[in-house]
Amino acid sequence: MCGNEALAEAAIIAGCDAYFGYPITPQNEIPAYMSKRMPEEGRVFVQSESELAAINMVFGASATGKRSMTTSSSPGISLMQEGISYLAGAELPAVMVNVMRGGPGLGNIAPSQGDYFQATRGGGHGDYRTIALGPSTVQELVDCMPLAFDLADQYRMPVIILADGILGQMMEPIVFNKTPRRSLPPKDWALTGAKDREQNIVRSLWLPEGSLEKHNYKLQAKYDQVQKNEVICEQYQVDDAEIVVIAYGVAARIVRSAVNKARKEGIKAGLIRPVTLWPFPTEQIAKAADELNIFLVVEMSMGQMVEDVKLAVAGKTPVLFYGRPGGGIPAVDQLLERIKQLIIPAKKQ
Amino acid sequence: MQNTKHESYEEVIIAGFGGQGIMLAGKLLAQTAMKAGKEVTYMPSYGAEVRGGTANCMVIIADDSIASPLVDRPDSLIVMNKASLNKFASRLKAGGLLVMNSSLIDTKPQLDDSIEIIAVPADEIAVELGNKKTANMVVLGAYFQKRGILSPDTAAACLPDAIAKRHHKTLPVNTEAIHRGAEFTRDNQ
Repeated sequence: MCGNEALAEAAIIAGCDAYFGYPITPQNEIPAYMSKRMPEEGRVFVQSESELAAINMVFGASATGKRSMTTSSSPGISLMQEGISYLAGAELPAVMVNVMRGGPGLGNIAPSQGDYFQATRGGGHGDYRTIALGPSTVQELVDCMPLAFDLADQYRMPVIILADGILGQMMEPIVFNKTPRRSLPPKDWALTGAKDREQNIVRSLWLPEGSLEKHNYKLQAKYDQVQKNEVICEQYQVDDAEIVVIAYGVAARIVRSAVNKARKEGIKAGLIRPVTLWPFPTEQIAKAADELNIFLVVEMSMGQMVEDVKLAVAGKTPVLFYGRPGGGIPAVDQLLERIKQLIIPAKKQ
Repeated sequence: MQNTKHESYEEVIIAGFGGQGIMLAGKLLAQTAMKAGKEVTYMPSYGAEVRGGTANCMVIIADDSIASPLVDRPDSLIVMNKASLNKFASRLKAGGLLVMNSSLIDTKPQLDDSIEIIAVPADEIAVELGNKKTANMVVLGAYFQKRGILSPDTAAACLPDAIAKRHHKTLPVNTEAIHRGAEFTRDNQ
């Protein structure tokens, strides 16, 4: 089972009622798997006529209170942005997986991390956020699926999982059902037929003066709760580290190999790995910045998460960057060289 | 024979042209390692692969959890054709192992003396067995025999999972191919 198929099965186990999607490499194994398994489970699979249709089908299914999802890769996720903005505005839960590939434009099909801004800044128009998860192993990708559905339902907002071509295509041993499930509020807002009750309204249009501002404050209060309660961040060999590298997703795996190699050579290197990209682990990184003289951020892009790191560090510590865009993948030995060059400044006195 | 340095961490690249069963060989290697209780990652080249094009995959087998699933410098390289040998040979680690399909590679590669070379006439052996497509299993058998980390029997036991059900009639010939590759290596050391 490759990462794509594993996440599809995890979504089914997590209670996904409906899958809507349009094919694109490198995530085609997901719709292929879903087309077989969802009907077996008596659930809904639709290969839509476009990404635009897929995301709006997600909107429709979600409005009825059903767990719905879509998956795509970078150019396809761009096409979905309007729908994602509407989901956020209408406070509908939804789960999306972006198996990132190289961009901009059609780019290529190689693994990339160029969609960080899009996932963590909202991506579409208007004042909103999506929760963004950045798993780095197939096991974590599998564990993210139930978490994503639960987060989406709990906060009534879209959740996007940022994977990439490597994670989607690779295989490694996994165990399903490791994630503890949350108890969730009833979906009393869903459109289930208004017989014997007042009608529910799902909408993102707020015309009366002041009503949209009020709605935005409500959304923001929700986002504040997410920021407060839902940050996940892994720290690896950080306690005694003299140089800390910050990376997420597959890039963090390559960094971990470089950290392990550095440690073997007596260099005290460590890794901070944000698992939630939004909410970003600002506090954890700010705290580390009090003790460390230097951070190195590594991404498979020309530098996107590095901006969040700089905001967190707030000028207390220099933040350097190393990245490979367009499907380029950093080599472990290249990273090790970078780490060695940066070790000189050492810890703050 | 068994190199203890490689017992805990082994990085492998398998390469050839599309249609030679490179991905299947990689998946079988990964499943064999999993069955043997090892940590393992498998990463295929993906995308515009077609029969006749190039194909490769990376497998890492370890006792501890694996960080990067990508292989820059393999401990072992298994190549099924000349183009793959030319592409990957220079990346082999010193002291590494090269298993090559000598049916399609007629030259002796110029490599560091520390690298051990096993040349297996995999296509000829596969043709003898009556199924030319099992050449991938022959080189894999040769690899198992030489490296000694995983056994050909464990690999054979994993075949039903690795091969699609509709091809299960080929299980015996694939099993035989693994063993013939192993025997060839044992007899020609």
